[in-house]
Amino acid sequence: MSTFLKNARMHRSLMIGGVLTLLLLSVAVLSLFWTPWSPTAIDIANKLKGPSAKHWLGTDHLGRDVLSMLMSGSQISIIVGFLAVSVGLLVGVALGALASTYRGWVEELIMRMSDFSIAFPIIITAVLLTAILGPGTVNSILAIGIFNIPIFARITRGAANAAWAREYVMAAQTCGKGRLRITIEHVLPNISGALIVQATILFAVAILAEAALSFLGLGTQPPEPSWGKMLNNAQTFVGLAPHLAIFPGLAIALSVLGLNLIGDGLRDVLDPKLARAR
Amino acid sequence: MLQVKNLNITLAGATRDISIVKDVSFELDAGRSLGVVGESGSGKSMTALAVMGLLPGAIRASGSINLAGQELLSLSEQEMCSVRGNKVAMIFQEPMTSLNPVQTIGRQVAEPLTLHKGMTRAAARQEAIRLLDRVGIPDAARRLDVYPHQLSGGQRQRVMIAIALSCSPKVLVADEPTTALDVTVQRQILDLLRELVSETRMALIIISHDLGVIGEMVDEMLVMYGGNVVERGQADKIFSQPAHPYTSRLLEAIPRFGMSRSERLKTIPGTMPEIGSEMKSCIFAGRCDLVCAECLQAPPPFVSVDDAHVAACIKAGRVMETAQ
Repeated sequence: MSTFLKNARMHRSLMIGGVLTLLLLSVAVLSLFWTPWSPTAIDIANKLKGPSAKHWLGTDHLGRDVLSMLMSGSQISIIVGFLAVSVGLLVGVALGALASTYRGWVEELIMRMSDFSIAFPIIITAVLLTAILGPGTVNSILAIGIFNIPIFARITRGAANAAWAREYVMAAQTCGKGRLRITIEHVLPNISGALIVQATILFAVAILAEAALSFLGLGTQPPEPSWGKMLNNAQTFVGLAPHLAIFPGLAIALSVLGLNLIGDGLRDVLDPKLARAR
Repeated sequence: MLQVKNLNITLAGATRDISIVKDVSFELDAGRSLGVVGESGSGKSMTALAVMGLLPGAIRASGSINLAGQELLSLSEQEMCSVRGNKVAMIFQEPMTSLNPVQTIGRQVAEPLTLHKGMTRAAARQEAIRLLDRVGIPDAARRLDVYPHQLSGGQRQRVMIAIALSCSPKVLVADEPTTALDVTVQRQILDLLRELVSETRMALIIISHDLGVIGEMVDEMLVMYGGNVVERGQADKIFSQPAHPYTSRLLEAIPRFGMSRSERLKTIPGTMPEIGSEMKSCIFAGRCDLVCAECLQAPPPFVSVDDAHVAACIKAGRVMETAQ
């Protein structure tokens, strides 16, 4: 564990990603207790103002404080990202592990099903699902989560099949352990690194997808602030008040960048074979 | 106690079945050890995996493997799980990768005990200390919480042996247990195995391509070539008077201490026939000095040359005479 921490500190992109993500998390936590203004307070008299001492990041077309909206919007991004990844992780890892445990027709069935669902692009799947289930935060979580399932299933199966070929799994078999038990005790702990990396990267994808769905009006519904929603509203006024598009865009970009850097960094640190010579 | 009769191992191919191991038979009593030798691809590891019931994928075994009255080949996967690790155990060639890197060795040694013997965790832990101590891990109680990467290769092989021994198996299969170790450690591990066999009365099957390893520690020997047993008998007799030309050539190929530098190591010219090729002649005919017309007409039957010493060669008698 100590070598893990040491390697992590040595890794620049992991550090930068960590700082960005920590920032995102602390802003979200802070916004639970305090925002400069109420994110839903309308003040038409001060609409579309640029950044000032009173409103640090300016106001939108209804005079709402952009900084406050961004801050509480981060909650939605994190919740959607976390839950969508959890749905994908739980169901996807279970399916992938089953496929590699029992092989044969079980594996064929699960993998062909995931091929089928992977063939649809994420946004189309999400639009399709929210069109059926109706727009809203919960449904966008479900839509993005369902999209994550085949990705996790594929990765789990691939990594698990590789682990099944390892000698210690063979040795566990000679001890008389059942296949399911070997998967849980020996295979999954040994592929957790790959899964953690994938979860971080899909977290970023989920934040992006949530913003996209809200932008299309299928995700989070007003008055709840969300970054995608803010971008959508900014469209009309982008010539008049460009800060309305710039700040939410920046927030999305930095969050996604931070998570991706963490993912890349973790992949390097968790896989000793890729560790750079120091 | 362990009886293997007419064991055939085949790989189901697209057009026809490919035979990997043909008609292997042997018997092994408690407290005895059997060495299986042969070059790579001779089917020795497949035979071992068949005893463990761990043949990969499309490979099937037929014939009979009888362990103390229980027919292993007819057991379901679930029934086989209660035999593996409990009545038959196995250790592998690569101690570096045969232990799970993310679990402590204590947990890995204790596991079969909780699994097969229904021990509590605490009892299994105590037993694990005793086992690690027995296989010569110094300061076993403290080593319990160590991860595999903190041990040397020889120590890891000792841990593997402790795991294999945990449920006092009737048969221990050791597939090239010392190949990955250096010579001094190799010797220690072999000595340990020999001690354990006489102590626990288990039967040991040891697989190796190294006649030096096998020769000094087993009672009986099985020489395999191209998926066939070519010679079977007591180890010392085979060593002093091999009856099959292949065994004889193998023995000549062992480098000896004190050989002069100019002397070239003897080799066996040619290569083994490809696996699955249908042989209408003796499989060794292509590489044999003594080959005659009769050798090419039909695979040779087993010729009994001595008490419990057989060789698949029609000229077995002559081979024995020429052996020094």
